[in-house]
Amino acid sequence: MESINVLMTYPMNDYLEQQLEKRCNLHKLWTVPEKSAFLATHSNSIRAVVGNSTVGANAELIEALPKLEIVATCSVGLDKIDLVKCREKGIRVTNTPDVLTDDVADLGIWLMLAVLRQLCQCDQYVRSGKWKNGDYMLTTKFTGKRVGILGLGRIGMAIAKRAEAFSCTISYFSRTEKPETKYKYYPSLVHLAANSDILVVACALTEETRHIINREVIDALGPKGVLINIARGAHVDESELVSALIEGRLGGAGLDVFENEPEVPEELFQLDNVVLLPHVGTATVGTRQAMADLVIDNLEAHFLNKSLLSPVV
Amino acid sequence: MATAQEEELPLVLVHRIPNFDFPFKHRLQAQFRLLDPLDSVPPESTHSFISRHAASVRVLLCVDPTPISRDLLSLLPSLQLIVCSSAGVDHVDLIECRRRSIAVTNAGKAFSPDVADLAVGLLIDVLRRVSAGDRYVRAGLWARNGEYPLGFKILLKHQFSNAFGKRVGIVGLGSIGGEIAKRLESFGCAIGYNSRRKKPSVPFPWYKTAYDLAINSDILIVCCALTEETRHIVNKDVMVALGKGGVIINVGRGALIDEKELVQLLVQGELGGAGLDVFENEPDVPEELFSLNNVVLSPHCAVATPECFDALEELITANLKAFFSSKPLQSVVEFD
Repeated sequence: MESINVLMTYPMNDYLEQQLEKRCNLHKLWTVPEKSAFLATHSNSIRAVVGNSTVGANAELIEALPKLEIVATCSVGLDKIDLVKCREKGIRVTNTPDVLTDDVADLGIWLMLAVLRQLCQCDQYVRSGKWKNGDYMLTTKFTGKRVGILGLGRIGMAIAKRAEAFSCTISYFSRTEKPETKYKYYPSLVHLAANSDILVVACALTEETRHIINREVIDALGPKGVLINIARGAHVDESELVSALIEGRLGGAGLDVFENEPEVPEELFQLDNVVLLPHVGTATVGTRQAMADLVIDNLEAHFLNKSLLSPVV
Repeated sequence: MATAQEEELPLVLVHRIPNFDFPFKHRLQAQFRLLDPLDSVPPESTHSFISRHAASVRVLLCVDPTPISRDLLSLLPSLQLIVCSSAGVDHVDLIECRRRSIAVTNAGKAFSPDVADLAVGLLIDVLRRVSAGDRYVRAGLWARNGEYPLGFKILLKHQFSNAFGKRVGIVGLGSIGGEIAKRLESFGCAIGYNSRRKKPSVPFPWYKTAYDLAINSDILIVCCALTEETRHIVNKDVMVALGKGGVIINVGRGALIDEKELVQLLVQGELGGAGLDVFENEPDVPEELFSLNNVVLSPHCAVATPECFDALEELITANLKAFFSSKPLQSVVEFD
């Protein structure tokens, strides 16, 4: 792969950068002083793009790279890639499913525990010395709660399996019912929300699912309900979410993703019923390495004319 | 003076220290005649009250952590059962109870799920540094360092680790330990345990000592009862055996761990991290821990949910009823 020109769109993984620098001719888009000048010079040589959840391959970039053969994203989410354009032009697309499923599911469960049991606030209570003045207030039990999952894919199923170990009852909403699972299917998201104590977003971000968590769903979840988002910020109408939390129309939220990362609505900072994380769903050494390896393996397979390991297109 | 109606109800002696009451007292009073020395009018010392009133008492309801000593027990010749309101019974003279054949029930069953939930929450937090992540976001650092999205990791200079495949060693596989094992198995962890005796019905590998368990684990979760034998069961040797990347979670009692050694190892970077709900000298917590991002702290609140207390009320009421109708008790403490 040594002579192949690969364009990485955003810093994502030191190990991945080092490996690709060794194995191919790596260009780093975020380091170029002037994007259009760079593209003008290199557009005819770049045959692969490596993207992530922050910067992928949109129509503009794809059009600018006529020799592009493959887009390998270091993420399972495909929302930053113009899949239609890739299909049109016969460009292959790969992602990194499975290797990150456990970490994201673990985080989903932790966010539920953290919001209900106020783990961050309890930790702060001790660190600030306030415990000397009396016990922290009662929080809410997690075991046995009704968990509603939006999107019963790999990550949704992994969350369900864990939540079951906490004796939670599991229900879900997805594009199609999955009769092979034993979980209760709701044909409408609003009904799922109305019948859940905790609603967790675990579906892919597409045109259809943008702002799928809107005011109606939030109101159905209600003043005792908790929203967990480990998917994409754009799944949620963020300004509706913020006003619902401030007004007490929603009980709480655990968020790893936001519409405009790394911007987080500051009104959320003083709320004790929210937990805010800097998009760390896959942020463990083991998983980031596995994701990187899968990107590398997919690229190598493509340029050696072998079968792709995790093709989407 | 007791009313005629009250006199017909079975008698239960309540043992508590001032300021430690239980919220469902009035509901119990509908079914049992509660004798509480602290409610005596005119006020009377506990010793005197008990000597006068309670020689025929068969059941004592102990609000934790009110100690039950041999001396107190000697005032209650007819005592057959102590119903405790906590999972830990280290405040009860169990040796004397055993000698007198006094049964003791604890809150284990009622509390276990909530304690297990907290143990798992603390563990994932330590491994993934997520409450530190919440602080990072609220301090505005994510937005400020936004250009370098891995700044969070760099800031903490830590290898964030995942739960899958980790070897979890549970010190004390009782009711709480069992609930923890069930949850962590679903995360893909491998479970091992140490307890006084091997449990034949349990599929996990048993280790004779905490040390052996630590050698074979990445994570230790301490949830056994505090007794003479288990004081400092997690000592320096055990922690060193766990290793530099090792994580310790304590939802049992502070005195189960040699706290001074724990702090030293954490400060020196000889231990991967710790999640602690209990401490040797609550509410004093070693301040050296406050600046460590690989430590998550909790103000002894593993059972602090209203649902937990509801479950406790149900369990206590059921046990009192069962006792007075000679039916089997639940959550009975096993003597060694």
